[in-house]
Amino acid sequence: MSTKALQKDTKTLDHVVIRFAGDSGDGMQLTGTQFSTSAALLGNDVATFPNYPAEIRAPQGSLYGVSGFQVNIGHTEVSTPGDELDLLVAMNPAALKTNINDLKPGHMVIVDSDAFTRSNLQKAKYDSNPLEDGSLSHYNVIPVPMTSLTREALKDTGLDSKSMTRSKNMFALGMLYWLFSKDPKYTIEFLRKKFKNKPEIVEANIKALKAGYHFADTLELMPTHYIVDPAKKAKGTYRIIMGNQATAWGFMAAAKKAGLELFLGSYPITPATDILHELVKWRHLDVTAFQAEDEIAGISSAIGASFAGKLAITTTSGPGLALKGEALGLAVMLEIPLVVVDVQRGGPSTGLPTKTEQSDLMQAMYGRNGESPVIVIAAKSPADSYDMAFMAAKLTLEHMTPVILLTDGYIGNGSEPWRIKTLDEMPEIKTYRITEYIEDFHPYKRHPETLARPWAIPGTPGLEHVIGGLEKDKIEGTVSYDPLNHQEMVELRAEKVRKVKDFIPPLEAEFDQEGDLLVVGWGGTYGSLKTAVKRFREENPEYKVGLAHFSYINPLPHGIDDIFSKYDKILVPELNKGQFADFLRMNYPKYTYYKYDKIQGLPFGTEELMEQFKKLLKAE
Amino acid sequence: MTTNIKYTFKDFASDQDVRWCPGCDDYVILRSIQKALPEIGRKKEDIVFISGIGCSSRFPYYMDNYGIHGIHGRAAAIATGTKLANPDLSVWVASGDGDAMAIGGNHFIHAIRRNINLNYILFNNEIYGLTKGQFSPTSLLGQKTKSSPYGNVQAPFNPGELAIGAHAKFFARAAGNDAKLQTKLYIEADKHKGFALVEILQNCVIFNDGAYKDITDKSVKDDAQLVVEHGKPMIFGKNKDKGLILDGMKLKPVTIGENGITEADILVHDAKEPDPTLHLALINMKAPVVMGVIRAVEDSTLEDREAEADRIARETNKIQSFEELLFSGQTYEVD
Repeated sequence: MSTKALQKDTKTLDHVVIRFAGDSGDGMQLTGTQFSTSAALLGNDVATFPNYPAEIRAPQGSLYGVSGFQVNIGHTEVSTPGDELDLLVAMNPAALKTNINDLKPGHMVIVDSDAFTRSNLQKAKYDSNPLEDGSLSHYNVIPVPMTSLTREALKDTGLDSKSMTRSKNMFALGMLYWLFSKDPKYTIEFLRKKFKNKPEIVEANIKALKAGYHFADTLELMPTHYIVDPAKKAKGTYRIIMGNQATAWGFMAAAKKAGLELFLGSYPITPATDILHELVKWRHLDVTAFQAEDEIAGISSAIGASFAGKLAITTTSGPGLALKGEALGLAVMLEIPLVVVDVQRGGPSTGLPTKTEQSDLMQAMYGRNGESPVIVIAAKSPADSYDMAFMAAKLTLEHMTPVILLTDGYIGNGSEPWRIKTLDEMPEIKTYRITEYIEDFHPYKRHPETLARPWAIPGTPGLEHVIGGLEKDKIEGTVSYDPLNHQEMVELRAEKVRKVKDFIPPLEAEFDQEGDLLVVGWGGTYGSLKTAVKRFREENPEYKVGLAHFSYINPLPHGIDDIFSKYDKILVPELNKGQFADFLRMNYPKYTYYKYDKIQGLPFGTEELMEQFKKLLKAE
Repeated sequence: MTTNIKYTFKDFASDQDVRWCPGCDDYVILRSIQKALPEIGRKKEDIVFISGIGCSSRFPYYMDNYGIHGIHGRAAAIATGTKLANPDLSVWVASGDGDAMAIGGNHFIHAIRRNINLNYILFNNEIYGLTKGQFSPTSLLGQKTKSSPYGNVQAPFNPGELAIGAHAKFFARAAGNDAKLQTKLYIEADKHKGFALVEILQNCVIFNDGAYKDITDKSVKDDAQLVVEHGKPMIFGKNKDKGLILDGMKLKPVTIGENGITEADILVHDAKEPDPTLHLALINMKAPVVMGVIRAVEDSTLEDREAEADRIARETNKIQSFEELLFSGQTYEVD
């Protein structure tokens, strides 16, 4: 069969889910990122998710050392990285074994057949070679001797054999570019820039990339050539953004918009550390990012910085939020602006540090001593993290009470295209900051509308005052043990948070505005729920199904009754034991909430959600 | 910023009733600070007092400055944020032995290690006062307290020794009843660029009364204390006839005029010596107990190093604004 004939055999797909899997040292994250970036630059919608082991350098070839990167590229809107795979690239037996079950039957798996040595098979606990024993007969297996082909292609570069082998990920990437009709030019640009001081590496990688591309072009085993047409998206300038990066930028935007400097106090913790990594780079753009000695110092330094007039934040994950609890209570008492970001992961305790979960909701709501309410909000996607970080900052500054922003490992590490939002497009932020002397200053005299207190900054003459964790007089902020004053202060702090309801957008329903089933979600599951509801309605037109997704949890937004009352049944799928369903039951007890809980460290799959919808709709 | 306003100690006293026990050394500390501040000459709005929890930590309420009465052990961490946020402020920490070295030990050593420009007053009374009398990390072995009825079995820290271990650049010590020396040390601490630790041997009249009486009582203090000054021989005693010499690797108290010792043999104090060996020996001396500025070594501060990193970031980054950041790297247009 000639190349030309092959070129004719093309299939146009709406979207395709691809996973790159290999040893932690095989460069799968880079390969996946390059593929998804090129797809986005060429107009597709994309959503990605990396899946890597907790071990930094697990033994080579072992099952627990497998690192993966998944991307969903689409002609239409893509809301999640996808669940079942249309294509798997497996660089060794361990990668094949740990990922093959996610591949749809009949679909293509490309493997590096050179890696299927006896020793690697043993490490992957295969008794026989799956490429030969027929166990993969229900898949379309494409064995390619990638290692030797890469070495052959690079034999004139003068590189040693180990360095040559390292380029095999580029060979694999080249094959994929051909297979999906993508121009590799962006990766070539990227390689030139990234290794600009190592021309021999640039040359080797480009050679391997091109070798893979041409190999796929001429390979008879790969009969189909796919096209995923560009997606239709709103006009504008786009970039691919990761959730944690978007969170960091959202705070930078808020600080600029409010005319403040940003302070981050943080301690490294998976999967939140990338926010710290991002913010430390921009210290010349009015960002102070302080790596503290522990989680408690992270939040305490932020409290100190907030007192001094900065927009102060602290970033962490579940175990860190537990450690920050007492200091967060202090911030509630001090009534100063402070945002705590919890990039949730599997718990309890150390739990599943690199996996996702939504199980810190109750901790965020109640994980402090005393009556200690805070505003709790949640981001729903990687790009939405920009808006929600901005909103967290706006709310804390405009209401003078701490905010917890919940994201999770899934959206924190995931990425998607984002239409760049400049400062002009963001809402105004007012502050209660005082830096010049005023008459009649009382540290706890509240704004009538928001109940926020004035934020007088050290360095301002004549407004010297002391705030602290002891209960305070409701006007002067001095220590007060008066019983009635305490009750009033407890109620004022709660009322201040309740009033935020009037300053946030009301709840909205998507898809059917009334009908048989309302799917209710919050935070990072939005993409999964939206995909499932959309497909379910397409496949089951006899049912009317709506989706109500909460970005604001405390206080809950207006409009809940208007929406909830219009459906026969309400299902609340969560990546925890039903914490939000319980919270809704407590606040809106007249509805019946059906739970669907998944606690596996994994996001929801479309099929499993649709199955739950059907089950509930069919139940009496 | 310094000021031309002539303050008196009254300008630094708040309108709050001071609620320490009558006779507590904390009153002396408070008054000594209030006397030091007019001489330090900083504007009162630029001064911040931050504390944790404990008797000592009520301190900010009694000062007419900006302040935070924080949570137990976290004063150094809160103060670090305040100072990093605005290095122009004069930031002081008031802390006790439990607050600084038990629950707050981590923040204490890390603040010292970073050499952030804070003035840290350690009220060391060798007991937990506010919780009514448990042993602290500086209580003596065998000491009977409410939580050690058969004698304390946990060996104590010497705060100065701990600080030296954390690379402290400034350490001073005074008796709780010595207002004059305290005032002087607070001024010295503020002058010092970097983390300045001042340990006050503070008597708790209720739960550990007399803990320091063998050092601080009027009748014994001249012979029991050596107040060092940089560049001066380490002489002490009621008759100024005692001093320290080096005997091998150890400091040894001697009497001038005995065994052929003359004033010329007495060691001259060098607070600015970077090698902490002698400072550590002075800190650990029991007889006499050494007071004054024991160590004051100039070094770069955290703020200096932060400013240098800011400069590198500013000069080496292509991206110079948030707008540029938003549009940096690979972007694409959708029409």
